[in-house]
Amino acid sequence: MAQKINRRRFLKLFGAGSAVLTASLYGCDNKAQKTVMKEKAPGDVPTDKMTYRVNPKTKDKISILGYGMMRLPNIEQKESKDGKPTESVIDQEQVNRLVKYALDHGVNYFDTSPAYCKGHSEEATGIALKASGYDRSKYFVATKLSNFSPDTWSREAGIKMYHDSMKYLQVDYIDYLLLHAVGGGGMENFNKRYMDNGMLDFLVAEREAGRIKNLGFSYHGDIEVFDYLLANHDKYKWDFVQIQLNYVDWLHAKETNPRNTNAEYLYNELKKRNIPAIIMEPLLGGRLSKLPDHVVARLKQRRPEDSVASWAFRYAGHHDRVLTVLSGMTYMEHLQDNLCTFSPLVDLTPDDLDFLEETAKLIVSYPTVQCNDCKYCMPCPYGIDIPAIFVHYNKCVNEGNVPKDARDPNYAKARKAFLVGYDRAVAKVRQADHCIGCGQCAPHCPQNINIPEELHRIDGFIDRLKQGIL
Amino acid sequence: MLRIVRVIIATVVFALVTLLFFDFTGTMSGVAGWIPKIQFLPAVLALNLLVVAILVVLTLVCGRIYCSVICPLGIFQDVVSWLHGKFKKNRFAYKPEMKVVRYGFLILFVATLLLGFGSIAGIIEPYSAFGRIMSNIFQPLYILGNNALADVAEKNDSVMFYHVDLWWIKSLAVFIIAVATFLIVSLIAWIGGRLYCNTVCPVGTMLGFLSRFAWLKPVIDADKCNKCGLCARNCKSQCINFKEHEIDYSRCVACMDCIGKCHKNAISFSHPKKTQKDEAENVDTSKRAFIATAVTLASASVSETQAKKVDGGLAVVEDKVAPTRKTAITPAGSVSAKNVQQHCTACQLCITACPNGVLRPSTDIETFMQPQMSYERGYCRPECTRCADACPVGAIKPITVEEKSSTQIGHAVWIKKNCIPLTDGVECGNCARHCPSGAIMMVPSDEKDETSLKIPAIDTEVCIGCGACENLCPARPFSAIYVEGHEVHRTI
Repeated sequence: MAQKINRRRFLKLFGAGSAVLTASLYGCDNKAQKTVMKEKAPGDVPTDKMTYRVNPKTKDKISILGYGMMRLPNIEQKESKDGKPTESVIDQEQVNRLVKYALDHGVNYFDTSPAYCKGHSEEATGIALKASGYDRSKYFVATKLSNFSPDTWSREAGIKMYHDSMKYLQVDYIDYLLLHAVGGGGMENFNKRYMDNGMLDFLVAEREAGRIKNLGFSYHGDIEVFDYLLANHDKYKWDFVQIQLNYVDWLHAKETNPRNTNAEYLYNELKKRNIPAIIMEPLLGGRLSKLPDHVVARLKQRRPEDSVASWAFRYAGHHDRVLTVLSGMTYMEHLQDNLCTFSPLVDLTPDDLDFLEETAKLIVSYPTVQCNDCKYCMPCPYGIDIPAIFVHYNKCVNEGNVPKDARDPNYAKARKAFLVGYDRAVAKVRQADHCIGCGQCAPHCPQNINIPEELHRIDGFIDRLKQGIL
Repeated sequence: MLRIVRVIIATVVFALVTLLFFDFTGTMSGVAGWIPKIQFLPAVLALNLLVVAILVVLTLVCGRIYCSVICPLGIFQDVVSWLHGKFKKNRFAYKPEMKVVRYGFLILFVATLLLGFGSIAGIIEPYSAFGRIMSNIFQPLYILGNNALADVAEKNDSVMFYHVDLWWIKSLAVFIIAVATFLIVSLIAWIGGRLYCNTVCPVGTMLGFLSRFAWLKPVIDADKCNKCGLCARNCKSQCINFKEHEIDYSRCVACMDCIGKCHKNAISFSHPKKTQKDEAENVDTSKRAFIATAVTLASASVSETQAKKVDGGLAVVEDKVAPTRKTAITPAGSVSAKNVQQHCTACQLCITACPNGVLRPSTDIETFMQPQMSYERGYCRPECTRCADACPVGAIKPITVEEKSSTQIGHAVWIKKNCIPLTDGVECGNCARHCPSGAIMMVPSDEKDETSLKIPAIDTEVCIGCGACENLCPARPFSAIYVEGHEVHRTI
């Protein structure tokens, strides 16, 4: 028994070791972005051409590209096939390098949260900012009150979380503080998290004391909460609001999921009140860079030298009340590509906007799951690797490997690609067939995906595929 | 020339049967699935009279050619002996037949079979011994190699190779027997060539009765022979008494080595001038039963669900532990526990063929080393009939996917204390969702409250015992639903 485990572990370590080696040799190991990033050589990234937007209240100049600290690079410690997870740790050295590079090229907004990266993002961000050597006045730090778990709903726990953020970030004031993902769980949850315990009043007082420069909220989910908070703008004086905006969600958020709200509405509500917007999910967690082949061809035909992702970023930056566009850049190549897109931002023409709207219509016609791989749903108490399942499924949809029928011309090839890829992407004990439908994940999903239902649908498809009775 | 033909046929057969034991994709059974079916004892146990008749006739015509080109353990010994021959030439010498040992083993073998002490018999039977060596020692190495290739393929985004779970020691007792057999047979072959086949192997001894009377055999022409002894010194069966121009045909495996070695062309594969009576030999058909030591282990530990506070990460998934089953489960097609017990030679071919980690050798006393099902690693998938396709002895009879879906090999049993809706207070129903025969309904746990969390209700009349519920049950390490085997399978 001992021998078996040792051998397996040896193989895993050996495999992981060679993966790291390959990654370091080729710089970028991200398959999805590989095709996108090839065109631009690193030497081309300008250091002094970044577009800035001005915060109307503080007059701060904020870089239009904001660094999202949610998808930080890990030192890959792939879990073994038998489902025993090994702790993956943030690759701090790489984070330091990325943050320094971003600062050197004009990025000055860094957005983190106590919940990100299994709770280690703030600390990693603090270390990297300190290590960059830049003065505290040269960058802006955004973090959130991520009191999702009911045992952090008390006032004491909320204040502790806020103070811990300062400690981990190694700062004595926070530039941008957000109520994190209000809307999840509706007004009921909102009241429990911020009103009943007086946390919102506390944060407003902190702003007056100058320890919070700007107070805002990020919104996903129930529109009632968004409307309520804006209706009370006179009372709370929101300095900014973080919303999900991209060329698909502008008009089609409701189409893909009736429980969601179109970005057009959210943005216009803010514009009406002169509240600056900060944009999250401009790329839908990378989904707008991993598009079906013929959509990629369409975008490439129009601007052959630009990456697929650049279209999404330019779209987000196109709106004039947008203060910054957040991107969770894991790899140097992501960062470099985005820096090129925003240094300076080339505005979209009315023609471009029509073109993107046509593209959005094409994209929503694809049956992908609207998962952005944010991992808010994780960890699943029963061990399911939810985002990995959705990511694999979406990849197969985009690559045409989700056969509808056994008579499809590429059925055999697609079947093998789907099933072999599935076992590679997700350990057997973490696959969709183990989802019991307890539903504990669903309220955490900022995209309002009915996760159990989607998992069961995918599982049913896989079972029919395995049985050959599609 | 004849030797070259022998070597070519033996190489092909050996390669095919080896690949058959290595293969986990199910593709080899179409190519090489016939080889186990023409093995002597499997054919006898399967009551495959045609094959037995052909083998008897073959032996009566050409001698123990079976031992040279069909028996994989025989070919394996030839390889070992040949390797030794590379270091040390002309190492053999004539030795008289060890009658007492030889017939002693045969009597012991038949007696143990008849008396039901079959485990001893099964250990020396050549085909199943070879199967155990392959499945316990070499298939894991093959899978290790495959997985290394799969890692490379994964990096190159290819699906040519894919990862399969490596399960090295399915049963410690069987593993030890396989290793011991491998070492002992290799050692005997290294020292004494075909000594195992001519002293221990019951099939060799039985065929030896026939081969004495074979029509064609190596014959020494006394007129040409100069008694140089080269033939005897290269005879791995050590059966050529060159001084007397005699060959012990009961031990000769018709390998044709001596024919090529003779400088005087004094040996030919032909019918001897002096005729002999032919005599047929009875073959025995008998039931089997096994004894051995049994190893059981069970461990319990507390499962805990991980509270969600931060994003990402994976909860620990504990390994499943097999429940204690009152009746062991045997695969669909095996008809009954008794049928497996009587026909199975424990060659492990079905176990190597199972792609779902369901089959493993039994450690029970009566069914030692024979296949048994359990559902910790996977369940018996509805589309799969690979074990039935593989079985050469009719212990698992061929079955179609449709027949399998209506064959009841066991039934599910609910264990209340493990059931997740009751222990964790969340909705589940994963067993019902995955039951291929719709045998599980979810009913309210509180009969007075229609909205209470639902628990499974099993219709044992419809349940086929495939184990999907047991395998996919979220309760760990012990499932809240498990399968009890049926001694005799039923059709629903």
